[in-house]
Amino acid sequence: MKLSKLSTLAAAAAAVVTLTATPAHAGKTIDAIKARGQVICGVNPSLPGFAAADSQGNWTGFDVDICKAVSATVLSDATKVKWTPLNASQRFAALQAGEIDVLSRNTTWTLTRDASLGLNFTGVTYYDGQGFMVTKKSKITSAKQLKGATVCVQSGTTTEKNLADYSKAMKLNMKPVVFETQEATNKAYFTGRCQVYTTDASGLASVRNKEATNPADHLILPDLISKEPLGPSVRRGDDEWFAIVKWVVFALIEAEEYGITQANVDQMKSSSTDPVVQRILGTSEDTGKLLGLDKEWAYRAIKAVGNYGEMFERNLGPNSTLKLPRGANNLWSKGGLIYAPPVR
Amino acid sequence: MKPARPAPPKKRDWSWRSQALRSVLYQVLALALVFSAGYYLLGNTLENMRLRGIKSGFDFITQPAGFGIGESIIPFDSAESYGKAFAVGLSNTLRVAVVGIVLATLLGTLIGIGRLSRNVLLRSLCGAYVEFFRNVPLLLQLFIWYFILTETLPTIEEALRPLPGVFFSKNGLQFPVPVWADSHIFTLAGFGLGLLGAWWWGRQTRQHFEATGRSRPVWLPGLLLVMGMGLLGWLAGGSPAALDIPEKSELNVVGGGSVTPEYMTVLVGLTIYTAAYIAEIVRGGIQAVPFGQHEASAALGLSRGKEVRLVLLPQALRVIIPPVTSQYLNLTKNSSLAVAVGYPDLVSISTTSLNQTGRAIECIALIMACYLTLSLLTSWYMNAYNRRSLLKER
Amino acid sequence: MPQQPYVFQTVASRPPPRPVGGLLPWVKRNLLDGWTNVLITLLLIALLVLALPPIVQWGVLNAVFGPDNAACRAAAAATNTGACWGVVAEKYRLIFFGRYPYEQQWRPMVACALMIGAIAASCYRPFWRGWLIGLWALVLGAFFILMMGGRFGLVPVETSRWGGFPLTVMLSTVSLLIAFPLAILVALGRQSKMAGIRTICVLYVELIRGVPLISVLFMASFMLPLFMPQGTTIDVLVRVLIGMTLFTAAYLAEVVRGGLQALPKGQIEAAQSLGLGYWQTTFKVVLPQALRLVVPATMNTFIGAFKDTSLVTIVSLYDLTGALQLALGDADWRKFFFEGQLFVAAIYFVFCYAMSRYSLWIERHLNTGTRRQ
Repeated sequence: MKLSKLSTLAAAAAAVVTLTATPAHAGKTIDAIKARGQVICGVNPSLPGFAAADSQGNWTGFDVDICKAVSATVLSDATKVKWTPLNASQRFAALQAGEIDVLSRNTTWTLTRDASLGLNFTGVTYYDGQGFMVTKKSKITSAKQLKGATVCVQSGTTTEKNLADYSKAMKLNMKPVVFETQEATNKAYFTGRCQVYTTDASGLASVRNKEATNPADHLILPDLISKEPLGPSVRRGDDEWFAIVKWVVFALIEAEEYGITQANVDQMKSSSTDPVVQRILGTSEDTGKLLGLDKEWAYRAIKAVGNYGEMFERNLGPNSTLKLPRGANNLWSKGGLIYAPPVR
Repeated sequence: MKPARPAPPKKRDWSWRSQALRSVLYQVLALALVFSAGYYLLGNTLENMRLRGIKSGFDFITQPAGFGIGESIIPFDSAESYGKAFAVGLSNTLRVAVVGIVLATLLGTLIGIGRLSRNVLLRSLCGAYVEFFRNVPLLLQLFIWYFILTETLPTIEEALRPLPGVFFSKNGLQFPVPVWADSHIFTLAGFGLGLLGAWWWGRQTRQHFEATGRSRPVWLPGLLLVMGMGLLGWLAGGSPAALDIPEKSELNVVGGGSVTPEYMTVLVGLTIYTAAYIAEIVRGGIQAVPFGQHEASAALGLSRGKEVRLVLLPQALRVIIPPVTSQYLNLTKNSSLAVAVGYPDLVSISTTSLNQTGRAIECIALIMACYLTLSLLTSWYMNAYNRRSLLKER
Repeated sequence: MPQQPYVFQTVASRPPPRPVGGLLPWVKRNLLDGWTNVLITLLLIALLVLALPPIVQWGVLNAVFGPDNAACRAAAAATNTGACWGVVAEKYRLIFFGRYPYEQQWRPMVACALMIGAIAASCYRPFWRGWLIGLWALVLGAFFILMMGGRFGLVPVETSRWGGFPLTVMLSTVSLLIAFPLAILVALGRQSKMAGIRTICVLYVELIRGVPLISVLFMASFMLPLFMPQGTTIDVLVRVLIGMTLFTAAYLAEVVRGGLQALPKGQIEAAQSLGLGYWQTTFKVVLPQALRLVVPATMNTFIGAFKDTSLVTIVSLYDLTGALQLALGDADWRKFFFEGQLFVAAIYFVFCYAMSRYSLWIERHLNTGTRRQ
């Protein structure tokens, strides 16, 4: 009698303790960042042009610059970023778990990812498409000639699915060889195991530059078989942080539209009379207050990385090794798709 | 004799210092600890999933997969469901595991026996084989084999042609396969009859041996019977000889049967690695038979072949079978490393599904359930075998 | 009627047999004993003659040893191809230390040396005293402080940059240190008469042994963050360590259980008759004998755990195997991947072979009481 009382009491106590333990309150990202003093940014381990580290551990790249801009805006220092290299399988889990604050890792915006993975895409920073790379020796000049080809592709990407769709639609019966890591995929293509390599067209240019013994031996086919809008993403449930990251990117685009560059931003801040410029740089109106920041938020971002065009040219365009054309990534006023809502 | 004293009254000793009470208390505490830990983890998981908007559930199994699978024995199209993709992955795993088990057993037995040979050269070579392949991690061996197969072989344009219709290149080994015609049923029926006949012949020879002590050849007639009946069946079916021969198309070689370098890597790597372990087990088993058994059979005048078959092997097998069964299980589980070389086995397809749908828990649970089923079946069989063959102790 | 007693007739003793020493009798006995043996010997000698000279030529004579890319390419393109061991000379720091910052690489080197020293000290029997535990605590503390930094003026280095050999050594050693006591407890629990505890232990062992290590690692790296309350993050390294520890403990538990089962029941009965309680029996009578019986299998599991650390490559932790993949992402040296892989295989081989020889030695050493000759 005593024993059963004791055991029931013990069980009841255990139950009460576990039931009353509340989960920790979901803290706001911006508070956590300020407390930590660092923005944790998830990037590609090595995709020169988008994200790559040199042997000293200094990161450069298009996606890297976005994170630097965010850090400059929120913490007033573009260097206060902790870089977390993530491969394709780990990236969403890391964002969901709260290990990183923002995922800036050439990730395609799709419905499935937006709706069911617990994240929000803040916008498109690079309009891309999926392409194919072959060796010039194979004498292939168009994607329609790829009947029965073996294709190297990385697991966990939209690339896999798009390849299957295209192969089915064009009745090409392509055979995918799927690898877990980027390194294995690259190696398999360059040793000749597969005849074709497929990923986003910008990724193809980067990989060809970095890994080919002779980049001129490889041809990127002109056909783009899908839309790949790349952009940063944040965790769901924190609208303030979502707005901040979104508007940092928009501010950089607005800066290019209104001719503000890294070189002239100080001079524009002190002496410009254009009311739009004044608003962006915070001399006339305080737009940052509505985001939870101060009025010089956009000024810091532009000072840290330049405007969108400078970011592009430095990492992906004529001043880089990739030499990708602006193409669809030009401003809307110049015929491209880059368009930012007004900062007002 | 004194009359027996009345039995003392039965009472359960529930004093605070009794072992019965303490044992119940310990169990309750242990179970409470485990359950509360489980409840805590489960609660956290559900809360986290709700907070992050992560969907869960197994409904994705019926959704179309959307990705293709590079090789499979079951034809798979990207519009078919995730469930079918998992089935294809499981078939790929079994395809490499079954063939690997057979080859590894053969190779391992030969090398194990070679290690006990009187020839010092053979002994040292087998010893070197075992030492080298046991002490290098399997993943590294798989990488090395994959490198050898993809770097040293020529591209498909300059494929090696050892035999007409056989292509050996970076894309794998492609060979002619017979086309299935309905009249092949007769061939299969012939083989079946041949097997029955061989089994019946084996029974007859054994009965004859037990009755008279004279033995008749068993294996050669059996083999001839199977082959002969198969041939008869094939002829009876009208000798269908259509072959699907691989031919070069613009980019690739199409037709025929093929094995990819990934499959060959996993097969060769697993076979060689597991054979090293099986060799050691076989050697241990043969050495575990007491020397007196050999002396006794020599005293009875048994030839070496008879001695091995009737005296040594049955006793050695009792020691060999449990560890070899666990090596078979290890081989099946090690085939999961195929994900590193790009072979679409169960783990590889499950990781792809995980990445595409985001349902980490469900996909990993599926993998673990499949492997767990296989292991539990084998382990249950092994325990039953163990219990039957244990030397009984008090 | 009593028979005539048989008188044993002695026979003149034969001369003693001549000693069969010398090279020729040895060769005859070992290599040429019977037709099958002669055939096998000839076959193997033919195989060796065909295979060895090209291998020696490739690996030693025509090989390039310095970190010279041009010479390596020339050697590979020549008709008598030579190996390029220069890839090792060029990339050895990346292979050994992964992405650890270049100037700070003395730290993982010292940390590794300390760890290996502690392991070597633990192998030496006269050192098996109480202070060994203190030594291990010190060495582990020093290892983590050296690798992580942040104190004593050392630059902090985050765990995602740890790699190469120190990672392999750390993962195997720490997981084994935690797994071994856990395994003993689980094995004892499995033998227990209390049904509740026995069920828990059986479930744990069968569940973990039934699945491949890869799935345990995937579960640890993908699902462990979901198990933790919102806001707490576990380091990737810790997750992998937990996965490996649970896995190794399950296998070790089976090994220890085998030893417990092999112990004659009389030992426990004798201990009980002496009045020893459960824990006293276990620690003073049962475990010393049981563990001694399963030394070979335990060392096998240790070697297996050391090799299994190579699997963390698949969850993107760059241990020795993974660091090799990293090092050879460089397009210039990619052709010489094979030599790099052989080098890493040689490192693993040296360590695992040393462990297996040590296992033989310790088995002989510990079983002095039960040896029969």
